[in-house]
Amino acid sequence: MSLFINIQEGEDQLPEVTSDKGRLLWISSVDHKQLGIMYLWLALFFFIIGGLEAMLIRAQLAVGDNDLISPEFYNQLFTMHGTTMIFLVLMPALIGLATYLIPLMIGANEMAFPRLNAFSFWMTCLGGFLMYFSFFAGGAPDAGWFNYAPLSESNYSSTQGVDYYLVGLILTGMGSIGAGLNFVTTILTLRSPDIKLNMLPLFAWMIFINGFLILAAFPLLNAGLFMMLIDRQFDAHFFIPSSGGSAILWQHFFWSFGHPEVYILALPAFGIISEVIPVFSRNKIFGYKFVAASTVAIALLAFGVWVHHMFAVGMTNTVNGFFAASSMLIGIPTGVKVINWIGTLYKGSIRMTVSMMFAVAFLIDFTIGGLSGASFAIVPIDWQLTDTYYVVAHIHYVFLGGTAFGIFAGIYYWFPKISGRFLSEKLGKWHLWLFVIGFNFTFLVQHVLGILGMPRRIYTYPSRFGSWEIFNMISTLGAVMMFVAIAVFLWNLFITLKKPRTAPKNPWEAWTLEWATNSPPDLKNFEEVPRVHSRRPLWDLANPDNPDKRLN
Amino acid sequence: MKDKGKLLMLLMIGSETFFFIALIIGYVYYRNFTEATDTVAQHLDAVRAGIFTLFLIASSGTLMISKRALNKENFKGFNIFLLLSIVLGIVFITGQVTEYIGLYQKQITLSKDVFGSSFFTLTGFHGFHVILGILALLILLIMSLGKLRRVSIAGFGGVEVYWHFVDVVWLFVFYFVYITPLL
Repeated sequence: MSLFINIQEGEDQLPEVTSDKGRLLWISSVDHKQLGIMYLWLALFFFIIGGLEAMLIRAQLAVGDNDLISPEFYNQLFTMHGTTMIFLVLMPALIGLATYLIPLMIGANEMAFPRLNAFSFWMTCLGGFLMYFSFFAGGAPDAGWFNYAPLSESNYSSTQGVDYYLVGLILTGMGSIGAGLNFVTTILTLRSPDIKLNMLPLFAWMIFINGFLILAAFPLLNAGLFMMLIDRQFDAHFFIPSSGGSAILWQHFFWSFGHPEVYILALPAFGIISEVIPVFSRNKIFGYKFVAASTVAIALLAFGVWVHHMFAVGMTNTVNGFFAASSMLIGIPTGVKVINWIGTLYKGSIRMTVSMMFAVAFLIDFTIGGLSGASFAIVPIDWQLTDTYYVVAHIHYVFLGGTAFGIFAGIYYWFPKISGRFLSEKLGKWHLWLFVIGFNFTFLVQHVLGILGMPRRIYTYPSRFGSWEIFNMISTLGAVMMFVAIAVFLWNLFITLKKPRTAPKNPWEAWTLEWATNSPPDLKNFEEVPRVHSRRPLWDLANPDNPDKRLN
Repeated sequence: MKDKGKLLMLLMIGSETFFFIALIIGYVYYRNFTEATDTVAQHLDAVRAGIFTLFLIASSGTLMISKRALNKENFKGFNIFLLLSIVLGIVFITGQVTEYIGLYQKQITLSKDVFGSSFFTLTGFHGFHVILGILALLILLIMSLGKLRRVSIAGFGGVEVYWHFVDVVWLFVFYFVYITPLL
């Protein structure tokens, strides 16, 4: 083996991982397609781990007075489940899709800063594995995914777990900031000269706005994380009330990041849905400008609603009233988007592929999640329901029924582009129906459990509470269905990746630039970027006698 | 925007701004919105810190002069003023380190109370950013001592923006930590 490797370029395909050289070319890669694929594998890896943690939680809660899992281990499980799913699954999956697709969509051959791109990925990867190393270092973090002080301070949480949580999240946070910087600069500087900002595909628009959200939200989290790390490691007093600190300040820092984070995870999913629905209903997106502009409105409002996570803290009525109003206000731009998507479906020639069905499932379940969210904006309801299973149901409708369904729609949609192969539609439909039905079984009843008063984060409950036991059993059975669905999905991935590459350039007859490249694209994406005159360049090429209105 | 290095740095300092705002909010919150009295402020020497502030501001000025020299392809002037900026930055850091030593000798430490925690965290993170800036400037200097290459001209735009940012952050830190207790 020689010391220097001939870096492949131009017409070459992505390197295979079956040889030493191929593996080295992946590890050392700065190519946005390879990094995007590695992000997606990372997300899938942690999705399996986080899913197994969820299954253990559901197994423990299936019946009352269960002692399958010790209370200490249960605390670690739900903390790691939440942290994993948000920071190590949804974030890398969305950033991965964006890293793969943004240069393709804007007619560029690379991201603006390829090495920063690799840095971002490896930071995220390192942070994730570091967090999981805590299991071997005396115990995982156990103070919940939002890690409230003073519970998370060293006098109440004496294992090293929370330290791993803090350092892990600081690292993944830096990775996310790097990705955000890269997305914004790429979209601003590397667009094909034809493409004006108002001609970007909506996915690119969402990622663009999302970049700014990441840049503004993650530093707030990092500041809080650093302060808590200094508390724990150097005996500072930031969040320890007994020595003059303020536990509430941690909550402010965390949620002033945490609520924008909800939109950081939702906006890219909105983008995916805004690509999938028009293509499979053979309609232009209804109200492009409204979708784009309402995103800007969401991004601005996102920083003015965080106190609705803290209504139970006991702030003044004026503060609570203000944040209740702003929280309801943010429902409006989100609702506008739902109307846009339904408007796109209207009178369309709908093709019910698995991708499209996930998009429709997204529309329904995300709307339910949005409505339960709006109910939390009403202060008295929040006081009644906070820290019950109603919150658990709500967060899962938003993140799983919303973001994760969006990601699945995107995976089924772009899989032929990324790998050159079609995922099996038949297995895909098993995946879809089992997952969607299992999901609603699991979490719909948790709304009822919350109203009945079951608190979140309890490791067991008395079995004499008959109705609790019934609903929890239904919830666990639903979780088993989702478990089977994911097994089907993995099997689908496994057999598909063994097939030969057969996908044509543009199998779905889509209209955005990524479908003008080979499937999968060569290492150099575009030899020649097609001319773009409207929001649907490939439509114009396919229908020269009936092109869209020229925008440049 | 053609200069993507400068654009990246502008976005990054926008992001960093939020980081420092969070740290400053912490300090101001403990001092003005709790019943505790600031135990650190009475031991701070605002005049001494003010003099070191002037050094940091001067370093921004010399960096601007060196940029002007670079635009006129006066590489000797560029090197001299770049070196001067680095020296001024090091003087500022030296001032901060000696201040820390003095405070620790008076038993004012990171773990003393919440004000000690806030003071050392806030000024420490700023000092860390100054040190990173000095390293970046040093890299530029070492590169330019060879034949100045294109990459360092592009890099210069980003580093310059960063250095001014560190400077401006210090002005806010100086105001909130050293000046407001005197008002």
